[in-house]
This record gives sequence, C-alpha cells and structure tokens, in this order.
Amino acid sequence: MNEKKKLNLTLKIWRQKGPGDAGRFVECKAENISPDASFLEMLDVVNEGLVKRGEEAIAFDSDCREGICGMCSLVINGKPHGPELGTATCQLHMRTFQDGDTITVEPFRAKAFPPVKDLVVDRSAFDRIVAAGGFVSVNTGNPQDANSILIGHAVAEKAMDAAACIGCGACVAACPNASAMLFVAAKVSHLALLPQGQPERMRRVAQMRAQMDAEGFGNCSNEYACEAACPKEISVRAIARLNREYLKASLCSEE
Amino acid sequence: MTLDPKVPEGPIEQKWDKHRFNLKLVNPANKRKFEILVVGTGLAGSSAAASLAELGYNVKVFCIQDSPRRAHSIAAQGGINAAKNYPNDGDSIWRLFYDTVKGGDFRSREANVYRLAQVSNNIIDQCVAQGVPFAREYGGTLSNRSFGGAQVSRTFYARGQTGQQLLLGAYQALMRQVGRGQVQMFPRRELLELVVVDGAARGIVCRNLITGKTESYAGHAVLLCTGGYGNVFYLSTNAMASNVSATWRAHKKGAFFANPCYTQIHPTCIPVSGDYQSKLTLMSESLRNDGRVWVPKKKGDTRAPRQIPEEERDYYLERKYPSFGNLVPRDVASRNAKQMTDEGRGVGETGLSVYLDFSDAIKRLGEEKIKEKYGNLFDMYHHITSENPYQVPMRIYPAVHYTMGGLWVDYNLMTTIPGLFCLGEANFSDHGANRLGASALMQGLSDGYFVAPYTLGGYLASAKLGAVQSGHPAFREAERAVEERIKTLLAVKGKKTAVEFHRDLGRLLWDDCGMARNAKGLKEALAKIPAMREEFWKNVDVTGSGEELNMTLERAGRVADYLEFSELMVRDALHREESCGGHFREEYQTADGEAKRDDEKFSYVAAWEFKGVGQDAQLHKEPLAFENVHLAQRSYA
Ligand SMILES: Cc1cc2nc3c(=O)[nH]c(=O)nc-3n(C[C@H](O)[C@H](O)[C@H](O)COP(=O)(O)OP(=O)(O)OC[C@H]3O[C@@H](n4cnc5c(N)ncnc54)[C@H](O)[C@@H]3O)c2cc1C
Ligand code: SF4
Ligand code: FES
Repeated sequence: MNEKKKLNLTLKIWRQKGPGDAGRFVECKAENISPDASFLEMLDVVNEGLVKRGEEAIAFDSDCREGICGMCSLVINGKPHGPELGTATCQLHMRTFQDGDTITVEPFRAKAFPPVKDLVVDRSAFDRIVAAGGFVSVNTGNPQDANSILIGHAVAEKAMDAAACIGCGACVAACPNASAMLFVAAKVSHLALLPQGQPERMRRVAQMRAQMDAEGFGNCSNEYACEAACPKEISVRAIARLNREYLKASLCSEE
Repeated sequence: MTLDPKVPEGPIEQKWDKHRFNLKLVNPANKRKFEILVVGTGLAGSSAAASLAELGYNVKVFCIQDSPRRAHSIAAQGGINAAKNYPNDGDSIWRLFYDTVKGGDFRSREANVYRLAQVSNNIIDQCVAQGVPFAREYGGTLSNRSFGGAQVSRTFYARGQTGQQLLLGAYQALMRQVGRGQVQMFPRRELLELVVVDGAARGIVCRNLITGKTESYAGHAVLLCTGGYGNVFYLSTNAMASNVSATWRAHKKGAFFANPCYTQIHPTCIPVSGDYQSKLTLMSESLRNDGRVWVPKKKGDTRAPRQIPEEERDYYLERKYPSFGNLVPRDVASRNAKQMTDEGRGVGETGLSVYLDFSDAIKRLGEEKIKEKYGNLFDMYHHITSENPYQVPMRIYPAVHYTMGGLWVDYNLMTTIPGLFCLGEANFSDHGANRLGASALMQGLSDGYFVAPYTLGGYLASAKLGAVQSGHPAFREAERAVEERIKTLLAVKGKKTAVEFHRDLGRLLWDDCGMARNAKGLKEALAKIPAMREEFWKNVDVTGSGEELNMTLERAGRVADYLEFSELMVRDALHREESCGGHFREEYQTADGEAKRDDEKFSYVAAWEFKGVGQDAQLHKEPLAFENVHLAQRSYA
C-alpha cells in the first residue's frame, strides 16, 4: 500500500467581486493535494482553508461532478476545461499536474457570457437560443407508437453524437471570436438528422442562428479551437452541416 | 387527521381511466387565469411544466442551477423501463406492475404502481416524438436491454446517457413554452419557504442565489419536483445541489413525510478513495448485464485479479441466486457485497470493494461490442481510477444513490397540504422499500407528463381559491423567517465549516442508518444528532455576506436542514422493526441472511407529521393492501 505522493501547488486564480468590479489574479497555495482528487475537489480543499481563515470562498460552478451537467467551467492554464481532451473540468484529476506547478484559473470569457462573480459567468444566452427553436414542436399527448418511426442504427448513432453536447460553453470560451457555432450546430445536427426534426428544419436553424447573433456571439472563422476544447468531442463537421442547413433555409425561406 | 390515499374504486386496470373521467376539467379559457409554480426542472419538473403550459396554464418554474437543463436527472445513465414488449419476451403492463411491487418488497401502493406501468408506454412514444435519440437496431426499431430485478428486456437507453437525453427532450419542450411566453423561467433560485394561506399552498419564498434577495411568488398551486435527499449521507451519487431543503421546509409547514428511512444503496459505484472526495460516482447497473461479480474464495487474498485462477473465485451472486445471477435487485446485490467485505474477502487497497469482471463478455462479444454498449462508462472508470477496465476487472462498492422516501402524496400526487403537489423522486409513491433500476426516470416522466396535468386540473376545478398576491402578510412572514435564518447563520462565526458538519453527519448515518441497521446503533444516532445540531448553531463558520452569490452560505443552509431531517430518518428506521427492501434491520433476517418482513405489523406507509424541531414527530399509518400481487417473501434464487 504505497501512499501516493501529495502535491503542493500555486494557484493564480481570477477573483472578481461582481460584474462591476474589474477583477484580478490572486495567488494562493493548494497544499497536500491527493493526485486522485479532481480539480474541483482541489478547489474545495482550498475553499475550506479560506473559510477557516475567515476569508470568502472562491465562487465556481459545478453540480454533477461527472462530466454530464455542463455546469462546471474554468479556463485552466489557458485551456477551457483544462489540458485533457474530451473531459470537463470536474473530470480532470490532479495526477495530470506535477508537484510544485503553478496553475492559472480563469472564468470562461465571452461578451455573451457576462461575469457574475470570481469564476462564475452567466450562460443563459444558451437557453434563449434553444427557446428560439431548438426543439420539436410536439405537445404531450398520444403520439404514434415509438417503433412506427424507424431510424437506422447509423443515423441514430450520429444523432446521438451530436445530442451529447452538455451546453457548457467551452467552445465559446475557446474561440477567438467567442462564437457559439459548435453549440448551435450540435443541436441543429441532432434534430436535422432525425425524421422527427424534418418539419421544422428550416425554421429551427434560421431562428437559432438569429438568436445566436442577437446574443452577441461572434462569427466562425474556422479556427477549430472549439472542437479541441469540447468535453464531448463534438466534431466541427456539425458546423459544416449547420452552414448547409442555414444556406438551404435562406434559399427557400419557408418550409 | 386521517390519511386518505384517494385510490379510486374498481378493478385495478380501470382505476386510472375512470378516475380521469371523474376528475373535473378546467375550461380551456379559464386555464390562463391560473398561476402554477413548479419548483425543480429534473424530469418530473420539466415535463410537468411543459405539459401544463401546453394546456394553457401560466407557469413559473424555479431551479437552483443556472439552466433548467442541468438538473440532477441529467446524470442518469442506464435507461428507462416500459412495458412495450418489443423483444417479444413476455413483458406486459401486468408484469412491469408485478415486478415493481415485488421489487419494492411490498411496501408500495398497488394502484399507483399499476398506473405507472400503464403509462410507461406513452412515455417512450412521447420521447421518441420529441427526437430523443434512443439506441436502435439495424432495422431501425428501438433496442432494449435488461436491468436488475427483471427477467425481460424492457429498458430503453441512449448510450450511457439516457437521463441526459430524456431531460434534454423535456427541457426543449419547456424552452419551447418559454419562447411562447407561457412559462417564465427563474434559474438560480432556491426555495426556502412554502407559503400556506387558508390551509392551501399559495406560494413560495426563494433566495435569488445571484443577488441574495428574498423573492416571493404567489400562485394557485405549487408542484415540488425537487428530487431526493441522498446527500444527507454527505457522500452519494447525487449532484452537489441535491438537497432535502425544499421538501423539509414543506414538511415543516404541514406536509407529511413518508418512509424517510427507505434509502437505496446502489451496488455498482466506484469505491471511496480518500477524504477529499466530494461525491461518489455510479456506474450504471446495466454493467451487470455483461459483467460478473466476484471475490476471491480465500480471505485476505492479495494476488492480482488475473493471478487468481477460476476455481479460486467466488461468483457469489451467480452461486446464491442462480436464476437472476448478477441481475438481482440492488438491495440484494449491495448487501451481498457488504457481506463479502465484512468476511474479509473484499479487494483493492482498502479491502472495501468487489470485482466486476468483463473478461468473459469481451471474449464472447469482442471489445468493439462492449465499447459500443458501455464505452463511456468504461472511460469514466478509467479516468477516475486510472485503471483500464478492458484489461483488469473493475472494482466496485455500494453507495447511496436514491431515496424512496419522500413527501406523502395521495393518488393525485397531492400532499397533505391542499394545492401542494409532489412529483418525481421527491415523493414517496411508487417504489416501496426498494426501487428497481430504470424506474425512476419512468416515474418522473409519468408524474410530469401524464399524471399531474390531469390531477392538478381536478384540484383547480373543484377548490375554491380566492385571489392571493405576494403582498399578503403570509409572504411577509415567510420572507422574515428566511432572512432571520440567513442572518443567524452569518452571525455565528464559529470554528467549524458546514462541510465538516456535513461530513460528520454523513459518516454517522452511513454507519448507523446505512446498508444495515440495528436498534442499538439507531438509538445512539438519535442521541448524537440533536447534539450535533446544537453545536452547528453555536459553532458553524460561514464567511461572506447574504447580499451576493455565496455558496458557503447555501451549503450551510442545506446542512442545517439535514441536521433536522436526519433525526426523522433515523426515528423512522428505528420504529420499523422489520427488514424490507433497502431497509435492512440486522435483528430481522432469515436464516440465510435475507430481509425478513413483518407484514402483520408493518404493511403500512409511515407518514410523519412535524411537531417542532427536536420534538417527536407524530406517526400516521396508511395501510397497504395487496389485492393483485400476493404478498410473498421475495425470492431471486
Ligand atoms: C448517477 C445516477 C444515475 C441514475 N441512473 C438512473 C437510470 O439509469 N434510470 C433511472 O430510472 N434512474 C436513474 N437514476 C435516478 C434518477 O436519475 C433520479 O431519481 C431522477 O432523475 C430524479 O428526477 P427528479 O425530476 O425527481 O429530480 P431531479 O432531477 O433531482 O431535479 C431536482 C430539481 O429540483 C431543483 N431543486 C432542488 N431543490 C430545490 C430548491 N430548494 N429550490 C429550487 N429548486 C430546487 C433542482 O435545481 C433540480 O432542477 C440515477 C441517479 C443517479 C444519481
Ligand atoms: S459543443 Fe461542446 S464545448 Fe460547446 S457547449 Fe456543447 S459540449 Fe460544451
Ligand atoms: S460539474 Fe457537471 S459537467 Fe462538470
């Protein structure tokens, strides 16, 4: 039973009292951290220390802590969700770091994600994009038997790949233009691939894109930084599909 | 006060149809005159809010997270049950009903369970119509898999992300109504008081988690869809924000709490590894379809798993329960794992785990097939433990996962407070003393899409509700209570953090009110909890202020409620002198260590009435009658 070596780290953490405050990096120590702890558990330990010293804890978002709710965020050493590919911050383990490392921790920054406090930002723009059209208009009732809509295995799998988006916003934080294209593309692709999504296909893409622009997200200039940051590895091919869908929608303005 | 479950008369197959016919309807033009407050946006809350808004009600929806899509339901992995019988393996509504009553160890209300089985098929149809990408066969039909406690394949799934996909379906339906202006969404709000006027639920008081402001909302009915209280144990598979506060505050206002001691310990979780740990990670029990559970036959065998030859392994579930094998219900699987580790045959560094081995399945089906079925679960395991489960067996151990107890509701899902409904995991209704896998998602969506939209209409059409505004004195009083409490929490300025109190409480409950319980331990816990609570209010340390986002304060408020609620949970466990489902009292077991019920004395729902903090709650009993499924000792052998 070999005791795993504990880590001692220096954090440069973004602290900001509220939207009106300019914000700054503050240095603090994270000591005696188990390499098996997650990044957020490391922050928990730091926060316990702060509270014990009568100071305010660092505000950060999280909920499921298993990579599915999309609540956690953080830009770690310049990368949204940290250095590992295909994982959210809550799934990042401290064994990725070396004893003595200095780690910078910042919020997701984008015009459309206004700051709230410390590492917490407001991502409600995403909800408004979905409200604009990211659904199939079907009321609760008695739809046809589920098996009367046949969907081939491969199509179902592709739709699922796109539907896996957790709405975290890392794609926006990673993009030099703070574009939300990958997020929008994931939802548009999921529904455009399935027969259930067909009737509203044109309307959906037009309205979701319009809302995206209204929220102040930037344009896509094919940087592919979004794909690299995405914890669910949503492919930029979805953006190509979104563009095709959008083009079709603008050519034939009504379905 | 007598408890009236309001179960309709007639044969069980006809109850729901007849009842729907008998419920008064709200005229379409009148629906928009009603304000409905829905608290919680998991499967239960999102589906109810969307469906009610579609019908024309004005709906206000509240949740703790920054978006309704992040509710804890998002984390459900394995699947959702329905009695479709697509695989043609003999399933039926009756069989799903039977399995659920039996799986719940005969402690649920038959009529509710039957209705659940009846509407299960509509749920799948509804979700598919919304575009939920369930797994499909090559021919394009839906795929099914098996789950614990059933001998048929009735579980629908979307990879290992079924909860996510079902919730996104409901969330999208909800957001569609937000877009139409029929729903107003209030995220980052925490319900801290229920407001009761003239005996009926008429509003809520929340804390705006961003500004710290106390906010009041009035309505004609309140739907609590706030999930389970598993986090009372500190470590559980629940999300960080899952809590008992909403239901507990309602309980303090008169809603009876039913069967709080029924908690489910899930058998396939990643074992605890250290003190820093903030939560436990579940791996879907669908893994038990292909994984085989074993421990070494010899005590203290420290060889690597692959070094232990076949004949020196004990596949104890297959040995003890030949017909269900690795697919016995959760409580049985968990208890057996505990028994193995208690015997000193546990594995891993701490000895507190058992193997879940896929090598046979990989040989049989190939790694590709296993990857397709469980890829994300294997990745998750690999990530957390840095061990590769394609090469070495997983190590698993039970963890707190789900709470069958919850607010008592009648057949209409209404609590003992008129106008206060409770849906999803937050109520007690359908799973008895043990929930079968893939049935929580089914219940949440059944309550939200197909039950509450009818029964709420019945209430609104017959209750005579005057106008109440959020300026009513009852709101002022509730706001004052909320503000006082926050002020007190901030003023203590003690030496111990809320997290530390929470951890202590969790450990106490896990030891004395966890997988196995006995009178001695429970009595000790009953003595310790009030002392802990007293210390909390004298010595808790909460920094920051009340007028801003303050997660330390939020946590402290929830821990304060756990310190009250846990006393009721332990009291309930102590009073129930029998073993049933997830409630295993060591004094009451059969010769071969199985749970031994006492149907003569305990075939009832224990519904507790609040009498004051630190006062004994008053017990009310709802007798349970089993007219359709015969009471029998559960057997999975
Ligand atoms: C890891 C995991 C895997 C699971 N897998 C499965 C599975 O495969 N199949 C299955 O059937 N079941 C599964 N379950 C169980 C199932 O996911 C839950 O029981 C179910 O999703 C609960 O749904 P709900 O709508 O009742 O509540 P939740 O989804 O818990 O939602 C609660 C909502 O209430 C809100 N809320 C809570 N308190 C307050 C408050 N005080 N003020 C305001 N809002 C509040 C929250 O913000 C949230 O929106 C799993 C559970 C876990 C933990
Ligand atoms: S596309 Fe990826 S990065 Fe963007 S919101 Fe979805 S999951 Fe997050
Ligand atoms: S906390 Fe849920 S994805 Fe990280």
